[in-house]
Amino acid sequence: MDIHEYQAKEILKGFGVKIPPGGLAYSPEQATYRAHEIGGERWVVKAQVHTGGRGKVGGVKLCDNEQTVFEAANDMFGKKLVTPQSGPNGKIVYRVYVEAGVDIERELYLGFVLDRSTERIMVVASASGGMEIEDIASSEPDSIVRSIVDPAAGLSDFQAREIAFSLGFANTQIQQAVATIQGGYRAFRDLDATMVEINPLVVTRQGAIMALDAKMGFDDNAMFRRPEISELRDKSQEDPRETRAADRGLSYVGLDGNIGCIVNGAGLAMATMDMIKLAGGEPANFLDIGGGASAERVAKAFRLVRSDDKVEAILVNIFAGINRCDWVAQGVVQALEANPVDVPVIVRLAGTHVEEGRAILVDSGVTVIMASTLSEAAEKAVGACTLQTSTTAQMAAAS
Amino acid sequence: MSILIDKSTPIIVQGITGRTGMFHTREMIEYGTNVVGGVVPGRGGETALGVPVFNTVKQAVAQTGATASLVIVPPPFAADSIMEAADAGIRLAVSITDGIPAQDMMRVKRFLRRYRQQNRMCLLGPNCAGIITPGQALAGIMPGHIYLPGSVGIVGRSGTLGYEAASQMKDRGIGVSTSVGIGGDPINGSSFKDILALFEQDDDTTAIVMIGEIGGPQEAEAANFIRDHMTKPVVAYIAGLTAPKGKRMGHAGAIISAFGESAPEKVELLQEVGALIATTPAEIGATVHDALRQAA
Repeated sequence: MDIHEYQAKEILKGFGVKIPPGGLAYSPEQATYRAHEIGGERWVVKAQVHTGGRGKVGGVKLCDNEQTVFEAANDMFGKKLVTPQSGPNGKIVYRVYVEAGVDIERELYLGFVLDRSTERIMVVASASGGMEIEDIASSEPDSIVRSIVDPAAGLSDFQAREIAFSLGFANTQIQQAVATIQGGYRAFRDLDATMVEINPLVVTRQGAIMALDAKMGFDDNAMFRRPEISELRDKSQEDPRETRAADRGLSYVGLDGNIGCIVNGAGLAMATMDMIKLAGGEPANFLDIGGGASAERVAKAFRLVRSDDKVEAILVNIFAGINRCDWVAQGVVQALEANPVDVPVIVRLAGTHVEEGRAILVDSGVTVIMASTLSEAAEKAVGACTLQTSTTAQMAAAS
Repeated sequence: MSILIDKSTPIIVQGITGRTGMFHTREMIEYGTNVVGGVVPGRGGETALGVPVFNTVKQAVAQTGATASLVIVPPPFAADSIMEAADAGIRLAVSITDGIPAQDMMRVKRFLRRYRQQNRMCLLGPNCAGIITPGQALAGIMPGHIYLPGSVGIVGRSGTLGYEAASQMKDRGIGVSTSVGIGGDPINGSSFKDILALFEQDDDTTAIVMIGEIGGPQEAEAANFIRDHMTKPVVAYIAGLTAPKGKRMGHAGAIISAFGESAPEKVELLQEVGALIATTPAEIGATVHDALRQAA
């Protein structure tokens, strides 16, 4: 789960990381009032969207009077920001954050991740901030400092000091830098984060160390014990199909193709997508309905996949292990009888009681295309799509 | 022979009285697994499915001599149950639970390091289908009847994709020595490398199928291990060729977030060290068949 910049900053502030004064606004009027409250002569208006790279597409504006704050905010609200990281659909701006302008002396990078090689929290820092860490890694790999934290001991001050010295902080700033690094680490550990990124971390002309931008991501598996974090979820920033699926206990990822997939198990679901691609088609989604594949879940899955207008064929691939193909087949029949679909449905069942399952589908009277192997299923799905596209084209040509 | 479990391995089930625990324990017993007891705090003294229930794993081990444990416990309590098993001297723990917080697993892995290598508990999972030695014993949730006893080891992250491989092999008359699920979580107990090492030393395993997916460094580590230590043929399939970067594909660990974590990159690494690649999931059975013919 991701949260907004202003939320991440508020959290980090609670852990002792300094941030510039700022306030949230839901309208241009509020934005102007926020600027007035903050005071000073320069403000930054920042679109609050769950994606990086907003600065390059007009999502961050420097303003030097309240009128320009109003205009900048007015311009951002309701705008769709499409960045290299947002995906083609972009993210819509519903909130802006107004922040006091800061005189920047230096920009650095400070991040915390769960490192899968060492299976520990890793601090990643660089004296070159302000650009994406991937870019820093390719242009200035030597500037990156990495430090692994032993979960039994936590981040020691000496470790934080080593990081701070290697980032080139002045002797008078080390104490502050250590507090900042410790703050980021504690926020990560105490709130079950999966990612904390302060980029840029800045040193102001006045010598203060501050988080100028901040991102946090959280472990979905730990949300049962973090109600205060769950509360920060902003559904307006999520893919509505993924949100709907998650609310129904299904694991769904929307893609750009036209073959909808309904599969049990994450690995088999990925493998099914791969088969479609290799057969010359494009999957419309990843969808794992869970190892068990109950009839009720099959029905939910059909409704979800059908809600995507791009879908021209649906491929159901179920390996019934503990449960049985005949039960799954009954689920498919029930789902199709209750909500008939107007696109070809290809069903491939395997595992326990497969013959009985196929018989149920054949005898039911619902129109499904049967396949016995993975490759046959993928080929039939791709074939069904091509057929439909050409029929539609013919109809269009005839009319 | 086999790795990790056989028909004599005494197994307990932590969470035996739960709905899921009860269902899968019954399947395990029917398969012939030597289930000797269960552990549910507060239910000690009861009997479930004909075996005694204990309050603590230590009591269960003392009374039954159990050496393995299947941990079917809800996510908030799973990490604690795994550590309890390790502390009681259990040699093999299988964690089925999907949804354990990553930082809990971080602590579990740190906890396991308190024990010397030779005394350290082997953990499979979490978020895995378990382990089966066909015809002998099952500790997990996989359907036993799709596995033919034989000499090919299977190790994979995904449950159903592992079933797919086993049934393709069964269709060709190829049997399995042991099939091991290592789970789809970002931090897991045993890695591909750990299980490959066990198969390499097992006299009755002649070839290994490794089923990986996008995300994490473990397939790359396995490639290094294959290059340096494996003499037996390894067939590999990596799922997620079409998975977009930065999107989590069902499994908590199935996300491409760094260099080298995509399916094509992993396939290349494995190919370079001589693994036989099944280019599609439909070809796993056929590729194993070829590998066995070449080896013979």
